[in-house]
Amino acid sequence: MPYANDVNNDLFLNRMIFNAMANSTHRTRAEGLGLRDAALIRCAQTFDHSRRLKPAAQGRAKIFPALDCLRWLNPVVGLVCLAVLVVWGPGASSVAAADTLASDVAGVTQAVPGGVLEALLFYLVAGTTVISSLGVCIAKNIVRMAVWLFVALGSVALLYLLLAANFLGAIQLLVYSGGTLVLLIFGIMLTSKSPWVRFEPHRLELLGAAVICGALLVGLCAALTGTTWHGMEEVMPGTSVAALGRRLLTVYLVPFEVAGVLLMIVMVGAAHLARQEK
Amino acid sequence: MATISLNHYLIVGAVLFCTGLFTMMTKRNAIGILIGVELVLNSVNVNLIAFDRYLGPNRMDGQLMALFVIVLAAAEAALAVGICINLYKNVATVDVDRATSLRG
Repeated sequence: MPYANDVNNDLFLNRMIFNAMANSTHRTRAEGLGLRDAALIRCAQTFDHSRRLKPAAQGRAKIFPALDCLRWLNPVVGLVCLAVLVVWGPGASSVAAADTLASDVAGVTQAVPGGVLEALLFYLVAGTTVISSLGVCIAKNIVRMAVWLFVALGSVALLYLLLAANFLGAIQLLVYSGGTLVLLIFGIMLTSKSPWVRFEPHRLELLGAAVICGALLVGLCAALTGTTWHGMEEVMPGTSVAALGRRLLTVYLVPFEVAGVLLMIVMVGAAHLARQEK
Repeated sequence: MATISLNHYLIVGAVLFCTGLFTMMTKRNAIGILIGVELVLNSVNVNLIAFDRYLGPNRMDGQLMALFVIVLAAAEAALAVGICINLYKNVATVDVDRATSLRG
């Protein structure tokens, strides 16, 4: 029994580390990497294992048991808030009307836009979106980029709610903030240990990218303000989830099915890509 | 300025697009580039939903296209993270400048 006491435990772990190092050197040599690269990989893996030897810092959850409760409560509160937003949000009262209309067009029940409150909310949410997207492209640390992206995705969901697209706002929060972002953070955690940790570009590259993107932004804004859109005078009412679903299953049935097939193929492909090689 | 027009939303979308493009151009980390792609896809979605709200007379085409864009973005992110993890397994880094094994 290798876990009999601490000395045996350490000996066992040391032997495991030695085996892992030998295996990795052999493997990297076989894959055609250079000696230096193999040595760097070995250093990184040794560092990884030595980190794993330290006792895990898990005192925090025991000191604050209330935090543990909060962690389980969070998704529940989030789902309740989402449900409230979808059911009673702007433009949602046309659900009943659309059901009685029995057509694929949403019922005309309310006109949300207009007023100072909407303008204030728009400027608040748009400011948050712009600041957080700038934070994404300025931040050097990849984890900070992910956190700024979280703020940006949340404020874009609020923009959808301001545009009376309640279902899209909820889907944005569920799929992007709940799924894609967690996936990205898992990817960051799985790939963060690297011998080459400096990812900073040259100043010349930064300057070139800033000039190109700034010129594109100025050009886009100039083109936008110079264009007159037809049909801007009338303001559309909010669309309901029922009408959206009805349209999705009638007119957009083929893309809907194709998207389902695509999701299955992607699931199989991602599982195949992330598979451990034996 | 009290009434929010279509152009306001389109300008927000343009800012999102340009910051996403800047992120894609300047980051070396493969997952950083992926984050830039997500920003660009979000800008497209903001534009689609704003056009649907202000110009599309009750047809919901913009919202449905945005829905499909979200589905495709989720699929793309899953595959791209899988590719990043494989890249890390093979090259021991996610620096895209070091993935040069296909260079002739």
